[in-house]
Amino acid sequence: MDSLTPTTDPWTVAGRSFNSRLIVGTGKYVDLPTTAAAIEASGAEMVTVAVRRVNLSDPKAPMLQDYVSPSRYTYLPNTAGCFTADDAVRTLRLAREAGGWNLVKLEVLGPPPTLYPDMAATLEAAAALIKDGFEVMVYCSDDPIAAKRLEDMGCVAIMPLGAPIGSGLGVQNPLMIQMIIENAKVPVLVDAGVGTAYDATFAMELGCDAVLVNSAIAMAQNPILMARAMKAGVEAGRLAFRAGRIPKRASANPSSPTTGLIR
Amino acid sequence: MDVLTKTITLTINGEPLALSGPHNVATLVAHLGLDVRKVAVELNREIVPRSTYGATPLADGDSLEIVHFIGGG
Repeated sequence: MDSLTPTTDPWTVAGRSFNSRLIVGTGKYVDLPTTAAAIEASGAEMVTVAVRRVNLSDPKAPMLQDYVSPSRYTYLPNTAGCFTADDAVRTLRLAREAGGWNLVKLEVLGPPPTLYPDMAATLEAAAALIKDGFEVMVYCSDDPIAAKRLEDMGCVAIMPLGAPIGSGLGVQNPLMIQMIIENAKVPVLVDAGVGTAYDATFAMELGCDAVLVNSAIAMAQNPILMARAMKAGVEAGRLAFRAGRIPKRASANPSSPTTGLIR
Repeated sequence: MDVLTKTITLTINGEPLALSGPHNVATLVAHLGLDVRKVAVELNREIVPRSTYGATPLADGDSLEIVHFIGGG
């Protein structure tokens, strides 16, 4: 890095600062060693995790914590699989007891094939979690009104989807993502929909504070290489956002001087 | 039958488990072979703080959820 690009450009959520603007999920990997290697390559400092029943028939099976240390990475427990406020609160109370973390990712989804955020249930669960002392980073629709409502309730980060979970379609509605960013005083993260590195770059160029990626890394043919690509993509988008892009125009504009030509 | 050795039946993660002898959450977690630092326990829908496992007795018919962190997005 040179003097124009300081080595740190941190963002802050709920009083915690992070240098990496890439948050990665830990799901869908072929095994735990690959999970660990890909997360290492991604440079992420925060990882999402799920809370599930232990397998009592194999109590000594390796656990995520053995490969992705909670002392090195900030665990962000999610509510995947919860369909009611009650389920979400129960799940995250268990997560808080297991890890001691108040910072959580709320996601209440509708059924397949959309898995679209169920915003009525999300708002209800957010209220219950905030009342219970959680700091809620909330997965939501790309709806600026709902996003503002979640912020006003006290959510510490707003995380609209770029496209359906696992679709890899990239940001489908940049206008609404941009409106959410412009209206928000808390961090805005694009969560879900990133397919490849330039989708993450594009999200960051819109002015997001960070991007959350799981499937695009875990399901890539080489997850470790894709993790490194996402790291570079997020950094490129952030730098481009800070640099300020040129306006788009409908006609050409020469790059070389038009004067001083030989005759 | 001696109260100290009577058999109790618990429901753990939806499955029945019969145990003999007095039990608390700490002895149950040890009996199941789980690493206490990596799990969380809910007893009859109430969180059991890790610091109170040894002082939380289990009774016939209790229902427990024992969870840990796994990969997720």
